[in-house]
Amino acid sequence: MNTTIIYGKVDQILNRYGNKKSALIAVLQEVQKEYHYLPQEVLSYIGDKMGISRARIFGVATFYENFSLEPKGKYVIKICDGTACHVKKSIPILNALRKELGLNENKRTTDDMMFTVETVSCLGACGLAPVITINDKVYPKMTPEAAIRLVKEIREANRLED
Amino acid sequence: MAGTMIIDGQRVGFDKEKNILDVIRKAGIDLPTFCYHSELSIYGACRMCMVEDERGRTMAACSTPPRDGMIVKTNTPKLQKYRRMVLELILSNHDRDCTVCEKNGRCKLQELAARFSIKNIRFGPLCKQLPVDESSASIVRNPNKCIMCGDCVRMCEEVQGIGVLGFAYRGSKIKVTTAFERPIAEVECVNCGQCAAVCPTGALVVKNETSKVWDVLNDKNKRVVAQIAPAVRVALGEEFGLKPGEIVTGKIVAALRKLGFDEIYDTGMAADLTVMEESREFMGKLEKEENLPLFTSCCPAWVKHVEDKYPQLLKNLSTCKSPQQIFGALIKEHYKKIDEAQGKETVVVSVMPCTAKKYEAARPEYRNNGIPDVDVVITTQELALMIKQAGIVFNELEPESLDMPFGLASGAGLIFGVTGGVAEAVIRRCLKEKNPGALKEISFSGVRGMEGIKEAAINIDGREIKVAVVHGLGNASKLISSILAGEKRYDFVEVMACPGGCIGGAGQPIPQSSLVKMQRAKGLYDVDRSSQIKRSEENPIIMALYSGLLSEKRYLLHRYLHHQK
Repeated sequence: MNTTIIYGKVDQILNRYGNKKSALIAVLQEVQKEYHYLPQEVLSYIGDKMGISRARIFGVATFYENFSLEPKGKYVIKICDGTACHVKKSIPILNALRKELGLNENKRTTDDMMFTVETVSCLGACGLAPVITINDKVYPKMTPEAAIRLVKEIREANRLED
Repeated sequence: MAGTMIIDGQRVGFDKEKNILDVIRKAGIDLPTFCYHSELSIYGACRMCMVEDERGRTMAACSTPPRDGMIVKTNTPKLQKYRRMVLELILSNHDRDCTVCEKNGRCKLQELAARFSIKNIRFGPLCKQLPVDESSASIVRNPNKCIMCGDCVRMCEEVQGIGVLGFAYRGSKIKVTTAFERPIAEVECVNCGQCAAVCPTGALVVKNETSKVWDVLNDKNKRVVAQIAPAVRVALGEEFGLKPGEIVTGKIVAALRKLGFDEIYDTGMAADLTVMEESREFMGKLEKEENLPLFTSCCPAWVKHVEDKYPQLLKNLSTCKSPQQIFGALIKEHYKKIDEAQGKETVVVSVMPCTAKKYEAARPEYRNNGIPDVDVVITTQELALMIKQAGIVFNELEPESLDMPFGLASGAGLIFGVTGGVAEAVIRRCLKEKNPGALKEISFSGVRGMEGIKEAAINIDGREIKVAVVHGLGNASKLISSILAGEKRYDFVEVMACPGGCIGGAGQPIPQSSLVKMQRAKGLYDVDRSSQIKRSEENPIIMALYSGLLSEKRYLLHRYLHHQK
């Protein structure tokens, strides 16, 4: 990981909020958007810059379920398992994706750091059930086959980029 | 706001009290609390101080301001049931191995469980056993005994301005821990131990090293030399029911002899050497106008804080070793040849008010060919424990005198134990006028007292020297910010990490209120007033050492930091 790039980006985020202590959560959200998780060194750096103790920042970062201290893949796939999606068979989609990517309940991110598969309780799009999102783009009325197709398309697109 | 309120039918006046808890306690009712400390912010978490008003509403006394005409009851059946429930719930998740707990007998939770007759705990534990963190040289953290009162979190953040500990996770998974749950020895902890001093349970305790002392005392081949820090003599008595500030030096010496120590000396003697060296260093820097202000370096917690947080100020830190380390280095040097001839080994045991001294003694720069200058550090509390273990009736001991030659300290060396003492001792040394009037003037210059940040201006050789004295690392950080911002300029800054200075160290008997600390401070100033030698340079031992052992070995008195190598 290139630290200079990291801190340059973090500095931009911090400057936008003027190092205000009350903006901590917003800063953490932006950092997470940038890196898909909250790296320890970045949290320490933010703490020193904002004048907030590292233990306090760790407390905030662990309080909210939405913050992750573990690295996530480039593509975060969220499978909705709210009531509507559940009855519309969201679990087979989850199982198919896990099987395709070699993941399970405890291992949520692929070794190549490409994909992270998570469940969420409701995405608020019950009319489109079952729903998944990939990096916040919504894919309605999913099936296991369609989900796997999406993953394959992403892989292909990345291969072409390289 | 002043007024009167009715507490349990009794009319009680209030004036400056910020909350009804203080008013209730003033009325002579010992309302129970875990999370209330007057020097910390109000947290209102433990719910033990609940009171009931005339309409049956309950409120936490710690976070309710008094109102004129307020009527509260502190001991209704509803409150009794409530408090028992709180205790039962806390205890259900608490590692209840009381008899083998370090806090046994001094634990607030144990005390309140007994007071409210908690006999049966109906709920099983929710939490899994977590590992105990023994990484620190000074404190042991056992999360299984934590009751989430947050006292340690607030102490570290509000008073010390560091914030090593914080609450992490939430709901039933909440815990008090360091950033990223690292071992305490690997974070910015300065080992001041103030967290342990306010912890109501055994979650944070000072590392107990008494067994190491027993081991050396029972070893015939060891010469066990004790050094007693100034602040110990005005606090140890509290463990035996004596008044805070009562000077018990003679009894401590008698007790240490009974315990089997071979020689018993005064850390104040080494403090005199610190004064000599620090004054020399200060006058030199003053002349060259370089790296001012000079910061004192006898507080190991402060030194660690500078290393962690203000590395740019390391060059301003005095190179003098702390009195504890000077003493150790000196004794080891003094006995080197004698030990070789007698086939003995000299062991230095420090009795300190301080938990960071344990960490200081273990630092690698204080080893000479692998042999530490100070072998074991025990706190005032640990010494009291040893005295009790040995069955010595402390209060009936006939006072004895310290051994010579290293048992003679000047008044200047002894006031090291209280905030402002080091500055005062150094000023005494630097000042040309040596009459009693000048001494008195220093004591009124502003260095004494319990304010967080004190300032004094002293005229030395026609030059006005600006002195600042701070205690509590939070205050130190405030002062440093103003120095770094160029708002303030000082020549000499004394820093002690603990509120009140060493007399308020975390190794001292607890609880320590500000009143207790003031009484201990008075005790040390009394020792100074009644001592015949007031200045370090007038101590005959110091003079003899400089012309003898130290004549070619002044390096023993200095620590050499990385940037000076």
